[in-house]
Amino acid sequence: MGILEVKNVGKRFGGLQALGDVNLSIAENSVHAIIGPNGAGKSTLLNCLVGKLIPDTGSVLFDGQSVLGRKPYEINQMGISRVFQTPEIFGDLTVMENMMIPCFAKRDGSFGLNAMTNMLNDRDIVNRAEHMLEEMNMVDKRHMHSASLSRGDKRRLEIGMCLSQEPRLLLLDEPTAGMARADTNNTIDLLKQIKDERDITIAIIEHDMHVVFSLAERITVLAQGTPLVEDTPDNIKGHPKVREAYLGETQAA
Amino acid sequence: MDQIILQFLNGLDKGSAYALIALGLTLIFGTLGVVNFAHGALFMIGAFCAVTLQRILTLSTIVEDPTKTDFLGNPAKISTPYVESWFGPEVGATLIDWSVPLAILFAIPIMVAIGFIMERGLIKHFYKRPHADQILVTFGLAIVLQEVIKAFYGANPIPTGAPEAFRGSFDFGVLIGFDPNAIIYPYWRMVYFAFAAVIIGAVFAFLQFTTFGMVVRAGMADRETVGLLGINIDRRFTIMFGIAAAVAGLAGVMYAPINSPNYHMGMDFLVLSFVVVVVGGMGSLPGAVLAGFLLGILEAFASMNEVKAIVPGIDQIIIYVVAIIIILARPRGLMGRRGVMEE
Amino acid sequence: MLGLTKKDFTLFMVVLAMVALAPFILNPFPQGSSLAQMFNAGYPDLMQRFVIFGILVIGFNILFGLTGYLSFGHAAFLGVGSYSAVWMFKLLGMNVIPGILLSMVVAGIFALAIGYVSLRRSGIYFSILTLAFAQMSYNLAYSVLGNPTSNFNLTNGETGLQLLLTDPRVLGQSTTADGSLPVTNFFGIAMRDSYELRLGDWLFTFNAGYYLCGIIMLISFYISIRIFRSPFGMMLRAVKSNQQRMNYTGLNTKPYTLAAFVISGIYAGLAGGLLSSMDPLAGAERMHWTASGEIVIMAILGGVGTLIGPILGAGFNEYFKNILSKINDGVLHQWLGFLPDGVEDFLVTIIHPFVGKGWHLTLGLLFMVVIIFLPGGLVEGGKRLGRMIFGNPKRSTAEAEADAAEQRNTAAE
Ligand SMILES: Nc1ncnc2c1ncn2[C@@H]1O[C@H](COP(=O)(O)OP(=O)(O)OP(=O)(O)O)[C@@H](O)[C@H]1O
Ligand SMILES: [Mg+2]
Repeated sequence: MGILEVKNVGKRFGGLQALGDVNLSIAENSVHAIIGPNGAGKSTLLNCLVGKLIPDTGSVLFDGQSVLGRKPYEINQMGISRVFQTPEIFGDLTVMENMMIPCFAKRDGSFGLNAMTNMLNDRDIVNRAEHMLEEMNMVDKRHMHSASLSRGDKRRLEIGMCLSQEPRLLLLDEPTAGMARADTNNTIDLLKQIKDERDITIAIIEHDMHVVFSLAERITVLAQGTPLVEDTPDNIKGHPKVREAYLGETQAA
Repeated sequence: MDQIILQFLNGLDKGSAYALIALGLTLIFGTLGVVNFAHGALFMIGAFCAVTLQRILTLSTIVEDPTKTDFLGNPAKISTPYVESWFGPEVGATLIDWSVPLAILFAIPIMVAIGFIMERGLIKHFYKRPHADQILVTFGLAIVLQEVIKAFYGANPIPTGAPEAFRGSFDFGVLIGFDPNAIIYPYWRMVYFAFAAVIIGAVFAFLQFTTFGMVVRAGMADRETVGLLGINIDRRFTIMFGIAAAVAGLAGVMYAPINSPNYHMGMDFLVLSFVVVVVGGMGSLPGAVLAGFLLGILEAFASMNEVKAIVPGIDQIIIYVVAIIIILARPRGLMGRRGVMEE
Repeated sequence: MLGLTKKDFTLFMVVLAMVALAPFILNPFPQGSSLAQMFNAGYPDLMQRFVIFGILVIGFNILFGLTGYLSFGHAAFLGVGSYSAVWMFKLLGMNVIPGILLSMVVAGIFALAIGYVSLRRSGIYFSILTLAFAQMSYNLAYSVLGNPTSNFNLTNGETGLQLLLTDPRVLGQSTTADGSLPVTNFFGIAMRDSYELRLGDWLFTFNAGYYLCGIIMLISFYISIRIFRSPFGMMLRAVKSNQQRMNYTGLNTKPYTLAAFVISGIYAGLAGGLLSSMDPLAGAERMHWTASGEIVIMAILGGVGTLIGPILGAGFNEYFKNILSKINDGVLHQWLGFLPDGVEDFLVTIIHPFVGKGWHLTLGLLFMVVIIFLPGGLVEGGKRLGRMIFGNPKRSTAEAEADAAEQRNTAAE
């Protein structure tokens, strides 16, 4: 039994069956990649996991508990963090403040009315946030407005924010999309390091095969809303069905 | 039964005004994404167009008539409106009498021009600014417009009569088979309702059957895609703003005989029209019209003495109470589409 | 000090000094001079309004400045607070403290109810909903709950709620010994008591009511600084910045916005209670949408989201309203008398609509100018001016931002 069990999940948008009948099991402390052509339903699947969408059919169990019907913040408090396809950070706040917010959320829960303490006197939180900034190599940018960060830095900040919550499951939606090669490699190293150092399960959606094959232990290929195959990277590489669906190659070629 | 029909009719004129203002608000919101707090001011300016035309038509020459004297013994002053001396007393008097309907012609170019100037001169610069700034700047404009009107026309309501032929009431009950005097309804309110129906029909027909309207509707549904087709949406939207301004203005012109124009009538109507828009569903044109009439009629029923005897003052708050219930039960409004203003 | 950073503490002390010395600062011209008539503002009722509206806008800024939720109905809480306090004076006694406390409690409950419904939506919807609620409250106060002939006359309608000689005032007296209405007081110190200090031609008035309001404003201001620097305040800014990220960071935005709404409602109720404490008369016009709009205007004029902005905005608005409404044609002719007659008359005609009764127009225009060209209000204007005068043009915006951030991020002492 994996930490995340997706059973028979389906989702329609009007006439479009975005997810057919998805079954997926992600083992604890593994890195599981979900790949597939554009419009395959990868992001939709992720949305169903974090409460942004409610699937029409099926069930989603996280650590044995159903996440369906829960609000996004409740699901996050259960231990699932998500990095978005386009970075979602607090643009008006400084990098340090961005990092402190998830620390508060982790410690104080979904709401805290601590309106009379100075947040910078909260050593516990400040230390945690600073530590995370160090890990992300962003200490020198701590006073910058996060909106003025480069795209790669925004992404790193977002990953750091998610990690500072010490989630048990980290969902990454195309974390290297639009990044330069060097940034992509940095991100790969960062994710490798995270995976080695922590007890964490990572589910990653990615178009960049280099990223996928450097990280993933198992790969699910999604096409037109249904999983085609699920296997180890080595087996996926040579799988004819995958090449057909994903790369549009015919078997003969 | 006759009471019910009477209240229904009574609700129609206010409902018409709500519907017309809400229609314009929705057009602007749907096309430009801006909530126009100055829209009530446009309604008010329309009403003052009627006042102005009446004043222009009654501009008079004053001649002293030495043969008569007034009570102080001075020669009596006889004022003759220019129109009467130009076109003869009969035609002149008719023109003056019909000044409110005539003001429609007078108001259309003025309102369209005001709409263009507002959009090109001010609101255009706020498309990329936060919603709060859009609200604030149009709110500021509403204050300025109403204060300008106050400076020119004073703070008191200015009675502006309907044409002689439409003053007074008629027995509507008899027409539909009730006893005489059961349902007495003022002519002008009937005219107002018919007028509103024509305007609403014209706006819908325009959007439905012209290419221009089709592009605008497509733009309301999905601005970016239409923009990608290389169609100049912005210019069309400017024109829509002018049309919305004209609709609000005409609603005001014709309302002048029902409610003597005063400088704050715009804001009074605006607050209720917002409620109408929210109840109808943000961004839905049929919703705005439906909710406008619905709430107008509801208000009329709530002001029946029988109802007020049970719940005193209900007529003052009924619209808000209904709006709150609808927002709680159906946050999208009666006919709102998914995804409009649902962050 | 006081749990504030050095910069915040300095700011607080400046405001404290301004409040304490206002009777001097606002009366720069000798008594009776024509300049004094026009520009002096050191009168008790005007000074009271400065600080009371300061409180109101400080509270409004906690909502709008931090969360970005633009409430167009805050006057409802002001009105509710006013009525509550007057009822306390009618039923209990003339000490202002119970009245002020009740006004905060009632306004808080009101804000909880209105906020609960309005906050189901955000953005434009929220503004419209608050506006509708406020206008409904106005109608309730103006007619529904104010029918003098009914048994349930909470607000006394058009006339407004007043003290009567027949009020019970169980802890005080219904009537004074000489048969008149008792006056509001703070444990015996009458709110209208003033000490007058004459220095040469100058006359300075130190009014008990003003100082009570001033102290309460300082406390309100202090609390708002603490909120701005607290984790809660940061969460409110996060709401403004990115609600989606908040939700996926395990934070429930609803209670944060609702708390901010209720806090600002309590501030408004407090302001209303103080208005009634200074002058025990409450009318529905305090709840009209124009009053709500004026709160927004004051907040914008001062500078939204800044600490000092609300105080500046409230002061500026009240002060200029006061001056503008005093200027009439006579004054204009006097000022422009040095010009040739034709020019003088022409100018007076031009200026006439903007002054006297037309002050609304001037403030409306000013408001638009600020929104269009200076969205940061007076605070931003001051900063730009400072940069122009002392300017170091090489300073990049990034540096300025880092500076602002540092101010926030220096730990309190
Ligand atoms: N909210 C929505 N309403 C309607 N259709 C949607 C919605 N979200 C996604 N879709 C559609 O569902 C299908 C799957 O979309 P999804 O975003 O999940 O694809 P994806 O695999 O993430 O693609 P990409 O690699 O481009 O990110 C697409 O055809 C998309 O247009
Ligand atoms: Mg995707």
